[in-house]
Amino acid sequence: MGNSIFDQLPISQYIYLCCVLFAIGLFGVLYRRNAIVLLMCIELMLNAVNLLFAAFSSYMGDSNGQVFVFFIMVVAAAEAAVGLAILVMMYRNTRSTDVSLMDKLKG
Amino acid sequence: MNPNYIFTLLAFITILCALYVVISKNPIHSVIALILTFFSISAHYVLLNTQFLAIVNLIVYAGAIMVLFLFVLMFLNLNKETEPVKSTSWLTAAAIASGCLLVVLVATLREGSELVMKSPNGHAGLVKTLGKLLFSKYLVPFELSGILFLAAMVGAVFLGKKKGDDDQDELIIQDNAGGNNG
Amino acid sequence: MENLLWIILSPLAGFAISGLAGKYLPKGTTGWIASLAVLVSFVLSFSLFNGLLSNPAAIKKEYFTFIGSGNFHVNFALSVDRLTAMMMLIVTGIGFLIHVYSISYMHSDEGFYKFFAFLNLFIFNMLILIMGSNFLMLFFGWEGVGLCSYLLIGFWYQNEAYGKAARKAFVMNRIGDLGLLIGIFLIAWQFGSLDYDKVLDPAKLVAIAPGMITAICVLLFIGAMGKSAQIPLYTWLPDAMAGPTPVSALIHAATMVTAGIYLVVRTHVLFDMSVFAREFVLIIGLCTSILAALIGLKQNDIKKVLAYSTVSQLGFMFIALGSQAYVAAMFHLTTHAFFKALLFLGSGSVIHALDGEQDIRKMGGLRKAMPITFWTFLLGTLAICGFPYFSGFFSKDEILAEVYKHNVVLWALCVGSAGLTCIYMLRVLIVTFWGTFRGSEEQKHHLHESPALITIPLVILAVLSVFGGILNLPPLLSDSIAHGMHHFLSPALNLAEVPEELSPLSQLNLVVVTVVVLALAFWYVRHKYIAKQVVPETDDAMSGMGKVMANKFYVDEIFDASLVEPIEKTSDFTYKWLDRKWIDGLVNSFGKIANAMSNLYGKMQNGNLEYYLLYMVAGIILIVGYNLMK
Repeated sequence: MGNSIFDQLPISQYIYLCCVLFAIGLFGVLYRRNAIVLLMCIELMLNAVNLLFAAFSSYMGDSNGQVFVFFIMVVAAAEAAVGLAILVMMYRNTRSTDVSLMDKLKG
Repeated sequence: MNPNYIFTLLAFITILCALYVVISKNPIHSVIALILTFFSISAHYVLLNTQFLAIVNLIVYAGAIMVLFLFVLMFLNLNKETEPVKSTSWLTAAAIASGCLLVVLVATLREGSELVMKSPNGHAGLVKTLGKLLFSKYLVPFELSGILFLAAMVGAVFLGKKKGDDDQDELIIQDNAGGNNG
Repeated sequence: MENLLWIILSPLAGFAISGLAGKYLPKGTTGWIASLAVLVSFVLSFSLFNGLLSNPAAIKKEYFTFIGSGNFHVNFALSVDRLTAMMMLIVTGIGFLIHVYSISYMHSDEGFYKFFAFLNLFIFNMLILIMGSNFLMLFFGWEGVGLCSYLLIGFWYQNEAYGKAARKAFVMNRIGDLGLLIGIFLIAWQFGSLDYDKVLDPAKLVAIAPGMITAICVLLFIGAMGKSAQIPLYTWLPDAMAGPTPVSALIHAATMVTAGIYLVVRTHVLFDMSVFAREFVLIIGLCTSILAALIGLKQNDIKKVLAYSTVSQLGFMFIALGSQAYVAAMFHLTTHAFFKALLFLGSGSVIHALDGEQDIRKMGGLRKAMPITFWTFLLGTLAICGFPYFSGFFSKDEILAEVYKHNVVLWALCVGSAGLTCIYMLRVLIVTFWGTFRGSEEQKHHLHESPALITIPLVILAVLSVFGGILNLPPLLSDSIAHGMHHFLSPALNLAEVPEELSPLSQLNLVVVTVVVLALAFWYVRHKYIAKQVVPETDDAMSGMGKVMANKFYVDEIFDASLVEPIEKTSDFTYKWLDRKWIDGLVNSFGKIANAMSNLYGKMQNGNLEYYLLYMVAGIILIVGYNLMK
């Protein structure tokens, strides 16, 4: 089957899909107050970007884009690990994971 | 089978699950929905003929990261619908912001789509090709990502450690000692 | 001739040594080093002078380029002709004597080494002024001596009044310097060069518009006005007496203030072309001479009298310049340098003996206590009065004769001014040295003749003051050595070999008139101050014209009321209204706007993570959107 999918499916479809996914993730980040859900939404956004990378890479027949996806996954995993650790710390201190309580970010 | 149908179906599932991640009040449900989203994205990868990413996505995201999330949720006992709801003004602000970003992103990327040269290469997504790339052109970043992991791990362990753990241990020992004396 | 450079480098080296190392050298050493430096200059200048006696050709030496821009080049170049050589001898010779005098005079001062450093720096700058071969070098030296004058007037800077006097001298000089500078700019513009050789070439001058030459002359003369203390810029010189007395002798009597004379003599080719400029010089000189003499009549500070006398004598020199009697002016400059330095040093000796007392009303009867000072001061006074056969007699008579050739009315006024000179100088002499001592008992106890380092320069200068007239005797007395200075200077000044003479009879008449006027003055002073033993009244007892004169014709007050106060009021107005209210207000309103804006943004920065996320997204949207629109 090889190239047939690329002929029949325009890349703009993937662009729309990824943008929508990204926007959903962003909306979650802005709207939700639970820090864990916030982190999940960030993962969602990262995945939207990953998918777009992969789509472009495949359509252009260039493997470099997929290597980037790989690296983004690496970063995402590290970020999730550290982020969750911070979250645990926060929960220990405040008994809550509500980001509205994170209001000490001013000098 | 027309790939358009497959794509539409997958996209439908993906967006639905993603929406549920955001909408669901219960964090556990969110996690489950997110895992489903990842699965559908992996399916997209297969559709795009990038097998390596499809597998890695499943292993790393659905397998490792989401387990971590679940673990933390359970650990902190957050599997209840306790999250306070934000005001409607926040809802509109978030909706407007994400809507605007959606519009500008689509507008920007659509221009980019016209620049894509359509010379698809069936081998681009193969494990062999990517492996060669990773271990030649991207060798140094690859190794560095290992160090990044190490750093993240150390950081996570350090952060996760209870403050004054050692002191508490000492306290317990002292208590025991006191008990013995008593 | 490498000597040229050494002449100026020697005092500079002296300045460097006493200025940098003076603090660590034993006291007194710096004084001798500085004196030695000037002595070296003097000896070298003398050998140069000897060479020029036989060969009138100017010696020139270029060292490096000061300014090079396109076709316009100004070099650091020295040039010595006979005029310069004469000035050099005066500057280094009298400078050396005053250095030696200062070693004793300043011996107990804390700033001993500083004083000699400044003096040496002054000699250096003065030499640059007279030896430079272009107007820029002249200006360099001109500003340099101005600086040294400022530093030395304010030498006792702890006294606020002295510091103000220094500032006044500086500011007054700046006004003149501005004129000089504009004059130099005009020269550079018109001639395309600042070299004396190129500018002062009569053949070239014909091509320049007469109005322009007049303008240049007047501007140069304004510079001279400031430095040589002529109306209206003379008020700084009496105040400059705040400096130590040797400074008054060296800078404010013998050398620096004559820079204006030197400038006009140097550029006399220009002045020869402009009748208006010459008349201007003449009138200013005459007015200054008479006004300063009148003020001098009623001053009771011994140094102030000498200062007004200096202003008056400088006016005399400008009178000579205005009547194109350049040699007479130089002659008077020379003799004046002798006797005025002598008088100042003598007054310094008196002040020294009285522990700083300068008021002649508190002196008196010093004749017996300080014989050497008295005799030298007497000789100096006779010289400045123009007592027959003293140096001042010849130099002043020559000027009077030249003025007589020019205009009889002016001549009469000059004779009157000379008579006034006689009166106020004799008044000082008699009130100080005759009669009985009027100071405190303690001062009387301390009265003593000054040490040898002070008296030796006095004696040398007294000899020069008495016999200085030999330099340029009128032919009436002796044919063989007559017009010595005229013959010497004529190649440098492009003058005729033999000066135009009045008939012997009218010369004799003039001399007789002068002598009669002087005799009358003598008689008047003798009658008033010796026979009647009158002591000048205290400040409160003054009345009428005397009070006006004692208060210097209120010139300072007039300046204050007409210039200083309006300027101060204007600046007060601009400060309070324009600057404070409008300019500051404008600037402050920018600050207030920024403050208000930052308060707004400060509220945005509430520390809550959610808001920051929203801002970040908004920022991303704006950036991406902007790129999209582009």
